[in-house]
Amino acid sequence: MATKLIGERIKRKEDPRLITGTASYVDDIKLPNVHHVAFLRSIYGHAKINKIDVSEARKLPGVVAVLTHDDIKGVLKPMPCVGGVPDMHTPEHYPLSGGKVRFVGEAIAAVVANDRYVARDALDLINVDYEPLPVVVDMEKALEKGAPLLYEEYGENRGFTWKISGGDIDKAFQEADRVVKLRLVNQRVAPIPLETRAVLAQYQDRGVEGELTVWTSTQIPHGIRTSIAGMLNLPEHRVRVIAPEVGGGFGCKVDFYGEEVLIPYLAMKLKVPVKWVEGRRENIQATDHGRDQINYIEAAVKNDGTVVGLRVKVLADMGAYYQLLSPVIPTLTGLMMCGPYKISNVSMEVLGVFTNKMATDAYRGAGRPEATYLLERTMDAIAAELNLDPVEVRMKNFIQPNEFPYKTATGLVYDSGNYQAALQKALDHVGYTKLREEQKKLREQGQYVGIGISSYVEICAFGPSAATATGGWESATVRIEPTGKVTVLTGSSPHGQGQETTFAQIVADGLGLTMEDITVQHGDTAVVQYGIGTFGSRATAVGGTAVYLALQKVKEKATKFAAHMLKVDSKGLVFRDGKIFPENNPEKSVTLTEVALAAYLAKDLPPDTEPGLVATAFYEPKNFTFPFGTHIAVVDIDPETGQIKFRRYVAVDDCGNIINMLTVHGQVHGGIAQGLGQALYEEVVYDENGQLLTGSFMDYCIPKAHHLPKFELDYTVTPTNVNPLGVKGVGEAGTIGSTPAVVNAVIDALAHLGVRNIDMPLKPEKIWKTIKEHAPKKGPIIVA
Amino acid sequence: MIPAAFEYLVPTTLDEALSALSTHTDAKILAGGHSLIPAMKLRLASPKYLIDISRISDLNYVRESGGQILIGAGTTHYQIESSTLLKEKCPLLTETAPYIGDVQVRNRGTLGGSLAHADPAADWPAAILAVGAEINVRSSRGERTLKAEDFFVDMMTTALQPNEILTEIRIPIPPQRTGSAYEKVKQPASGFALVGVAVQITLDTNRTCQRVQVGITGLAPKPFRAIGVENMLKGKVINDQLLAQAAEKAADGVDPLSDIHASAEYRSHLARVHTKRALQRAVSRI
Ligand SMILES: Cc1cc2nc3c(=O)[nH]c(=O)nc-3n(C[C@H](O)[C@H](O)[C@H](O)COP(=O)(O)OP(=O)(O)OC[C@H]3O[C@@H](n4cnc5c(N)ncnc54)[C@H](O)[C@@H]3O)c2cc1C
Repeated sequence: MATKLIGERIKRKEDPRLITGTASYVDDIKLPNVHHVAFLRSIYGHAKINKIDVSEARKLPGVVAVLTHDDIKGVLKPMPCVGGVPDMHTPEHYPLSGGKVRFVGEAIAAVVANDRYVARDALDLINVDYEPLPVVVDMEKALEKGAPLLYEEYGENRGFTWKISGGDIDKAFQEADRVVKLRLVNQRVAPIPLETRAVLAQYQDRGVEGELTVWTSTQIPHGIRTSIAGMLNLPEHRVRVIAPEVGGGFGCKVDFYGEEVLIPYLAMKLKVPVKWVEGRRENIQATDHGRDQINYIEAAVKNDGTVVGLRVKVLADMGAYYQLLSPVIPTLTGLMMCGPYKISNVSMEVLGVFTNKMATDAYRGAGRPEATYLLERTMDAIAAELNLDPVEVRMKNFIQPNEFPYKTATGLVYDSGNYQAALQKALDHVGYTKLREEQKKLREQGQYVGIGISSYVEICAFGPSAATATGGWESATVRIEPTGKVTVLTGSSPHGQGQETTFAQIVADGLGLTMEDITVQHGDTAVVQYGIGTFGSRATAVGGTAVYLALQKVKEKATKFAAHMLKVDSKGLVFRDGKIFPENNPEKSVTLTEVALAAYLAKDLPPDTEPGLVATAFYEPKNFTFPFGTHIAVVDIDPETGQIKFRRYVAVDDCGNIINMLTVHGQVHGGIAQGLGQALYEEVVYDENGQLLTGSFMDYCIPKAHHLPKFELDYTVTPTNVNPLGVKGVGEAGTIGSTPAVVNAVIDALAHLGVRNIDMPLKPEKIWKTIKEHAPKKGPIIVA
Repeated sequence: MIPAAFEYLVPTTLDEALSALSTHTDAKILAGGHSLIPAMKLRLASPKYLIDISRISDLNYVRESGGQILIGAGTTHYQIESSTLLKEKCPLLTETAPYIGDVQVRNRGTLGGSLAHADPAADWPAAILAVGAEINVRSSRGERTLKAEDFFVDMMTTALQPNEILTEIRIPIPPQRTGSAYEKVKQPASGFALVGVAVQITLDTNRTCQRVQVGITGLAPKPFRAIGVENMLKGKVINDQLLAQAAEKAADGVDPLSDIHASAEYRSHLARVHTKRALQRAVSRI
């Protein structure tokens, strides 16, 4: 009997080429006579551009073109935003801005040269006459009367107001014993994929039917193709977009950037291949940022810890323009504001605010980490206020396992869950009761130990088309080749998730083949049928299900052929070890190779059956999925310096059925690293003049291996019935669960001093100052 | 991320390098390149000529001579880290080296390059001050020897003249009953020092402090000797309380740096705490 591959720890098919440096990213693709682009970007946070003089740059030998806004005005359309909300101000922005710039890093000129170095040298020859304008980088200040306006025509810096509510919030607050209030800053961070953005374009002018090929580092190649076709007025079937190896995206490559239009445009205009590879400084300046919310929270609670109502006002920093999905991101915070809790009365008001900064958009978790952060910080604040154990408050408010499917006050239907089990498993793993006793003892000795819990539920597997900005389905083709080997085409173009492995597992299991028999292809619109992409932890739950459905179709057909060849009834035929045979008569078998050959030679077709063995499925999910879990961090704080050290980090995640334990581990590891990075280290900082102070890795800290604790990972498995695989998604869980666990741990370590909150990133200096401020009240203090 | 054009020269002897340096204006010495190349990529530096001294074997050695340890300016961080001679005779240097960057950086970066670059957050300057080193520099017209304290002038500025090459670092071998320690608080993004404190202290058998040198980096625009700390300890019988009191003077009289990573106040505090810890560890090793 063949071993089952689903659920196994299978090493990734992708890794050998990644590890040996033989993978091809956009920058590795070499085309003859390629020309290079360098962008001149605004050095001011807000300024009028009186004049740009590019004449000297144009004269530099090797330079073939220098473009500014004037050259694309009327030629290129403004960049689209598909993630809009009702009644919003929608500013126009272009691949090259003119007239006014609104953030440092905004592109204002593009040089094309026959050499990357010449292109860069030419930037120094461009003269820009800037007239600096007053800058506003702080959202609260931006909303004040008299604040500098990014758009005079709107008369305000508010881009939109979006609201969600459920139940009777006013009544909840009337009935509450207490109201717990918090103001939390969820700071701006940068996604920092290791591969920066990169675009290469080639236009082959074949007389009438020219073809444009664009290589771009993206999570959504088909969407990019449709968008480029629309922006450049090209027939879509003559645009080919290829996402080759993509070195990480984390959401910032679910976007459609100005450079992705301008580079193809230049390749067509100049009739040479044109390439642009973003530098790291550009990446931190001009690739989507994430988070950047301020939350004003009011929780209506009963004295026993029951949360009866939650009212939140959110300021969401949009930056200077909307990118593809900017406004919709904070709405996910609203949708998920109930978290794993039975909070029947909720309301949230989100104000999208313009500031002189880069746009925010999707970043790993996209709106849900913010929801979990505000909830889990609030749960701890409630516990502190009522002098209850944080575990007790969570257990008291959790949705019960028998209440699924559960409809939340925000209108979502949670598919399945057992939040208690995940929390309990994490508590057992970390040895919670003993730890609390130890903490008490150590406190008496002047040592600060903190235990932080974060229970989350997230929304993923995006998603039913009706509820998503673009289509929410996914496509797959399973093609059994004449030799019985299998090619799988997926629309879920990956950027590090390992679909080549996990999808191969699904197909290998279904057809009774080995991993080596399957190849998964993706990312090339000329090869793969239209697809949506990889984001929102959807690849396996939506893309994998499409693969599964295509697999069933092709199996059905192969079964017909096998039955015809074996002269048996097609019912009861099984696929195993490369063969197809009646379950009760394994001797009477035919190999899949023989079946495939017969299907393609087509000499003796079964009745009403076409030749070939290919099937395609488009899977439209009927609901999202809702993974969950609990993370627990245990930290030591040096009271003298405020430095934090991890003692333990335990994560119990539940992503439904697990296809491959190794890839799940990998996702959780990376996710925790990024979430912990936000808690302790990461912050995009602009000064009050709009200058970016964290413009390189010398100043922007992504966590390195030595910053991270040992991850102790465990799982519970609560399958979903939304899809036949029972899988939920795990790409973002680590990021969502970890941030509040770490912050809760640090605050807990200082709780006896009366500390309630410190905003992220929890730099040692902030902790040291907080300790100093609270020091006079020595000894354990319970704050009411 | 793309430097401006430059000419690249590769002398194989020191004399050739010195003569190239005196002939070309706007030339820079290239050693390990781990400070200069990043600066050129950001176009913070755009020299017309690079004179690569990494092929000059005469600049690469660690040896003992006449009561001193001599280190060639081109010796890499890793060579220092793994030197058995230094580990035995001047362990402060082998203790400091692993705090610098990562393995790749330590395999290429050089002691001379780090000192000549004089980054206010670099690690070597603290240790070099604490071991009481002298620095030998040469030009085509001759040579001179400077005390480490006189070598560092200001932020990214040393006493080196444009036509001079730093050739050798000379360290007096510490006497018996000497202990040393390096304490570093890393700026999390860059890994450079928010504050680094290097201590070398010699006690007699009565635990009276015979000699003490405290070098501090990261705190001020240039690395410095914490004279206030040293003066409180010299000639005194050492105990924990005295060490703590002396450490309180670590930031006295300096103008501390302040940036998004740490305020002047916090840096000064870290300097005091880590001076105390470095002193305690150094003394415990005697
Ligand atoms: C990722 C990274 C992390 C790092 N982390 C740290 C850290 O944690 N701590 C730390 O201290 N440093 C760190 N560094 C810097 C590193 O130690 C450098 O190697 C060192 O500062 C410079 O030495 P170099 O040999 O590379 O000099 P180069 O970069 O070649 O030269 C630096 C400067 O010194 C001049 N110069 C070099 N040699 C001589 C000489 N013999 N005579 C006269 N002038 C000379 C050059 O002209 C140039 O101006 C890091 C560097 C990187 C890239």
